[in-house]
Amino acid sequence: MSMFSVFDISGSAMSAQSQRMNATASNLANADSVAGPNGEAYRAKQVMFETQAQGRHGVGGVRVSEVVEDQSPLRMEYRPEHPLADEQGYVQMPNVEPVHEMVNMISASRSYQANVEVMNTSKQMMLKTLTIGEG
Amino acid sequence: MIDKLSGALNFHQEALNLRAERHEVLAANIANADTPNYKARDMDFSRELSKVMESGRSGGQGLSLATTSARHIPAQASAPATQELLYRVPDQPSLDGNTVDMDRERTQFADNAVRYQAALTMINSRIQGLKSAMQPE
Repeated sequence: MSMFSVFDISGSAMSAQSQRMNATASNLANADSVAGPNGEAYRAKQVMFETQAQGRHGVGGVRVSEVVEDQSPLRMEYRPEHPLADEQGYVQMPNVEPVHEMVNMISASRSYQANVEVMNTSKQMMLKTLTIGEG
Repeated sequence: MIDKLSGALNFHQEALNLRAERHEVLAANIANADTPNYKARDMDFSRELSKVMESGRSGGQGLSLATTSARHIPAQASAPATQELLYRVPDQPSLDGNTVDMDRERTQFADNAVRYQAALTMINSRIQGLKSAMQPE
């Protein structure tokens, strides 16, 4: 048993949260992308978290199991002058919800900070442990 | 004589070890604060400590050396402690089945870290005491 696994646990959570942040950034950046590589409007992406069990009790870090696309209907906007408009004059816009994305971003950043704090505390504890029997 | 020395430090050693394990469990809770269906874990520290102090860390089932002569020194390695991790009862359940309460986890985490350092201070002063007792006049 070693306390080094705390660094793995917090580190995995930090990387998972930053992936979530990446997805949020991508969603916000593409909130108005009417055409992606597949020719369709951009769909919001969500990361799924899953526990990465290690050790005896299923205690472990977290990892991103998959990135899913939001399947809710695309937003239809009336823009008859747009080159991608259909016969009725509607353009398919991405289904990104800016409010959801902002909330996701705040939540990811708070969780990231909490894990940084865990890491700092663990580092201090381990450095202190190394001084046993000194002085 | 050497046995007495290790006996003097045994309690603090076990306490430190358990604190480190609890630290890991709480760190995992904080790491999984956003994982759907994750259930927060924790241990009953005083019960685990008294269990370790009573029955030893091996639980009596450690590996032992085979002895083929009466003059061989029997040795027994300690197996890892069999701890019992409990599940936290959530007071504000969330829709995704996650039971991590960030405020509670962080309080417990800070508390555990301070107690770990307290145990370190204790073991250090114990070592200092033993050392000064060993100094010749």
